Amino acid sequence: MTLQEIIAKLNLKVLTAPRNFSAITPRGGYASDLLSCVMAGAQPDNVWVTLQAHMNVVAVASLREVSAVIITEGAQPEADVITKANEQDVILLSASEPSYAVIGRLWKMGIQ
Amino acid sequence: MSSTIQETQGRKGRPITDNDAQEITRIEELSYDLRIFEVMSREVFTLAPNQTIRDGLEVLRTKRISGAPVVENGDLAGVISTEDLMRALTQNDLESPIRKYMSTNVISVKSYEPVVKALETFARTNVGRLPVTNEHDQLVGMITKGDITRGVLVAIRKDYQEEEIRRYRVRHLFEDITSDRTSLILRYHIKPRDFVNGGQASSHIKRAMLRLGASAQLARQCGIAVYEAEMNLIIHTTNGGILRVQIEPHRILMQTTDDGPGIPDVNKALQPGWSTAPQEARNMGFGAGMGLVNIKSCVDKMEIFSGAGKGTRLMMEIHLRPDEKFSAAEGTEEPGI
Repeated sequence: MTLQEIIAKLNLKVLTAPRNFSAITPRGGYASDLLSCVMAGAQPDNVWVTLQAHMNVVAVASLREVSAVIITEGAQPEADVITKANEQDVILLSASEPSYAVIGRLWKMGIQ
Repeated sequence: MSSTIQETQGRKGRPITDNDAQEITRIEELSYDLRIFEVMSREVFTLAPNQTIRDGLEVLRTKRISGAPVVENGDLAGVISTEDLMRALTQNDLESPIRKYMSTNVISVKSYEPVVKALETFARTNVGRLPVTNEHDQLVGMITKGDITRGVLVAIRKDYQEEEIRRYRVRHLFEDITSDRTSLILRYHIKPRDFVNGGQASSHIKRAMLRLGASAQLARQCGIAVYEAEMNLIIHTTNGGILRVQIEPHRILMQTTDDGPGIPDVNKALQPGWSTAPQEARNMGFGAGMGLVNIKSCVDKMEIFSGAGKGTRLMMEIHLRPDEKFSAAEGTEEPGI
């Protein structure tokens, strides 16, 4: 399942610069709003589902090398967060649904 | 390319798709960064409108090109293609001037425009070669898709070489400098409550490790440990503190030092889930009480010296396995971040 398919199926909004999302295949996922848990638990190439939308999400996503961050409940990061994400090659996606629904749908799609 | 590449695994089980994606973005980026004058061919074979069709055929044949711009008094007057010449041939009209058969409705691009503009024009018009003019509408070159591919490849190779040279220089640091004990010390001043820049020092340290030839795994381990330590300085300290990383051929020492407020009960602080983070930090997702626990799992040795009303010193140490040692870093190359 490529990131392109995930974006289409979950109707996600791409917040950062467009990329060739069909060349990116996330492997599994991680969900938490606690950054230390993400630092400890997320694996490289996971999708990370969170409600957090501030600058440190970018730092954690970059250090942990997740394939994309799905920010839920339509939370909108500030412009400088998006700029930073582009600089650090971090992909930020926005979902209007809450985390629980997003995770459920990802699981059903086989992102396990 | 999707299905085969998705199944291809890089070293350490990492799929290579990430890297592919980065390359693709870099190409996309380059098509905006590079200007047409940087990739176009400057050697242009032009014709004059009053030259004959016979002359035109001869130029195209000997130069092995499929079309040429027609220039009058330095200005681009039109373009003549093999198709136009063939029309003249079927009319048996070899002695007529090129002016009679050339297309005057010329699609061209400006030399100062980004390469992406030429790509868009190729896609839109289906032509294979475009004349390039300067701000005074004078012909200065020609651009083809081949020129763009070549230009992009040269730019990418340059990028790659620059990073390689940098890595080469840095990697050999420990071999090139002889001493009884060589260490490289990186220092970062971390400001209190500076959440916006939180993680920046950790990113720089991780990159430095990779340039020194550390494996991706080792760089990640250091990245996690220093990130948690860096965030502790931001969240908890009164005046911020110093993050210091000492890299030696056989070990990495990481240390934070601050001047307060201090940890009253270090053992409690080491318990998973225990946190004294203020509400401001908790709202941002900090304060899980996992920071020190995470650090412990990433390093070989961790020590905390602190007390209420005193400063705190956190020491972390990673011992490098023989195959991870920096002096023997040759051959442990990993793709960068």
